[in-house]
Amino acid sequence: MPILIKGGKVVDPGRFVGVGDVLIDQGKVVAVGPNIQAPAGSTTIEAKDRLVLPGFVDLHVHFREPGFEYKETIQSGSAAAVAGGFTTVCCMPNTNPVNDNQAVTEFILERARLAGLANVWPVGAITKGSEGKELAEIGDLRRSGCVAISDDGKPVMNSLVMRRAMEYALAFDLTVVDHCEDLHLAEGGCMNEGLVSTELGLPGIPSAAEDVMVARNLSLSELTGARLHLAHISTAGSVRMVREAKARGIKVTAEACPHHFILTEEVVRGYNTHAKMNPPLRTWDDVRAIKEGLRDGTIDVIATDHAPHATQEKQQDFTEAPFGIVGLETALSLTLGLVEEGVISLEQAVEKLTSGPAAAFGLKKGTLAVGADADVTIVDQQAEWVVDPGKFRSKSRNTPFVGWKVKGRVLTTIVGGRVVFEAGPLES
Amino acid sequence: MSLKRKDLLSLATLSLDEIALILETADSFKEVTGREIKKVPALRGKTVVNLFFEPSTRTRTSFELAAKRLSADVINFSPSSSSVVKGETLLDTARNIEAMQADIIVLRHSSAGAAETLARGVKSSVINAGDGWHEHPTQALLDLYTIRGRGMGFRGLRVAIVGDVAHSRVARSNIYALTKLGAEVRLVGPPTMMPCGVEKLGVKVYSDMDKGLCGVNVIMMLRLQLERQGRALFPTIREYARLYGLTAERVKLADTGAIVMHPGPINRGVEIAPDVADSLSSVILDQVANGVAVRMGILYLMSEAG
Repeated sequence: MPILIKGGKVVDPGRFVGVGDVLIDQGKVVAVGPNIQAPAGSTTIEAKDRLVLPGFVDLHVHFREPGFEYKETIQSGSAAAVAGGFTTVCCMPNTNPVNDNQAVTEFILERARLAGLANVWPVGAITKGSEGKELAEIGDLRRSGCVAISDDGKPVMNSLVMRRAMEYALAFDLTVVDHCEDLHLAEGGCMNEGLVSTELGLPGIPSAAEDVMVARNLSLSELTGARLHLAHISTAGSVRMVREAKARGIKVTAEACPHHFILTEEVVRGYNTHAKMNPPLRTWDDVRAIKEGLRDGTIDVIATDHAPHATQEKQQDFTEAPFGIVGLETALSLTLGLVEEGVISLEQAVEKLTSGPAAAFGLKKGTLAVGADADVTIVDQQAEWVVDPGKFRSKSRNTPFVGWKVKGRVLTTIVGGRVVFEAGPLES
Repeated sequence: MSLKRKDLLSLATLSLDEIALILETADSFKEVTGREIKKVPALRGKTVVNLFFEPSTRTRTSFELAAKRLSADVINFSPSSSSVVKGETLLDTARNIEAMQADIIVLRHSSAGAAETLARGVKSSVINAGDGWHEHPTQALLDLYTIRGRGMGFRGLRVAIVGDVAHSRVARSNIYALTKLGAEVRLVGPPTMMPCGVEKLGVKVYSDMDKGLCGVNVIMMLRLQLERQGRALFPTIREYARLYGLTAERVKLADTGAIVMHPGPINRGVEIAPDVADSLSSVILDQVANGVAVRMGILYLMSEAG
């Protein structure tokens, strides 16, 4: 049944920005523009004063299935995704078993199909078991549906293996994603190394642990010609190097997470395990650099690194607690905060949630072009709400943004022409 | 007078008045430990649990003696890391102990922040007996008590803390305490053992021990964790001892009448030469003796506060 989204402010970065209608039918975008006539039998969604956006694309989520279903499942993760306006999410392979083979990839795709909410597209492992030694069957992973490769969380330390992975990925036009962290430099660290780690007596992870691997990966991308995507960059050094590499024509894209452009290491004080993530929260200098990178286009993508963990895991003492926070249901509001602050324009914000990530992995998503998949997110940019993890669709509650008053709320999410999420009324 | 706090977690959060109160209270218990019958009924009917997740002999014994001399019932609970079921949180363990009506929990743990996490979760008073590299407040308080006992004032006092500051909770607690009290604190050691940005805590850093010791009133040696060799912090124990070991020659660089301290246990011939450890300037055994009195004072004040 056709759906006409009427009179909203359409922001389709690089294509159309303005008040208009969006007509979708048979799972595709049929028309975008002013005064579109509703065809017979269509449903109309009134979108006056609303933002009508391409469905968001998150290149970095952990849905924990198979293996850690107590933290999240593909069902609960998908529900969190669409509640946050994300219509396509790419799930990292650090499940148990690791997604380093066709069977796991197919299992994930089947679970996603059963959930029937978001497009859940797997990222395959670079190496078998993500052990950094032998290449996984990357060709098979691609053929069975993986959209990129990464050993996320377990960076490939052996530079020769990384070089080979990049070369091999060229054969399948796959983007190689790296979590940049020198495991020797980071050894045992659980927060940013600096004055705060000194005061708290916690082992630190220096910025250099990220920077040296960013430098290595850029060199290897230059050497091999591979398409490189840098996950969750967190340091001023990374931003500087990516900027320089892009200027020299290296095929690199970079992502930043909301927590890295909003919070600093100061949040760790009190041994707050919801401020424990990897890469760690850094300093104001780094936050400023990330924002500048977003503004000038050095950073192409905003991703969540949605990393659910059970409450009891985060209740352990700081050094024992696992890294990571959930992010799907807060990302839009936190990103719109940058718009409010004047760091980036609304169009830029939307771009980094849609066409930016789609381009980084070469996905045919993140646009409202005629003929594109009808993935649409409708947003009330002005609605204010308070972050209450108890209301998350995610199975997990681990967020440092609890109690924050934020602005911007997803009202409706459409995937493949089907409404998969509608927000309830705001509680006052 | 009593402490207006449930827990004793760090020197960073202790006020000058509170430090003064603890040291004064220790005075009266010091007198008790000198009696033939070293026992007072101050904590009769109270239960103190020594919850030690890390092996420790002297701190645990010191707390145990202190509690017993105050007539408290003392339980020593030392879950070895292997017997703590994976997934059971520190809080679960502590709540079990709390359910047995423990009034005061003395916690030693390998993770920084463990005491703070525990204190937030239980109603019992929590005394931090060392958390990771973070703090060891009772050690710093007994160090202060020992310095004070030698008739030294803190304002303008020059103190050199020598060794692996980065991995030392004793160093951190002393840095917070001594800088707060107006002492000049110098940290001496190789740059590999200095934590990032430590100068911002108001200390001076020296990699040359001879310069660092010049004219100081107190030399506070830290124990070298021998197992850290091979982790690129220092090349060999031999070289470490040559560069940062305290010899009688080096003691002469300090002010006349300077005292030598060490939280123990000492590595003779590594960070401290045997003749220095046994010399008149060494107050290492005074520290141990004072530890009991200071901990009695702290237990007493905490039970009053609770």
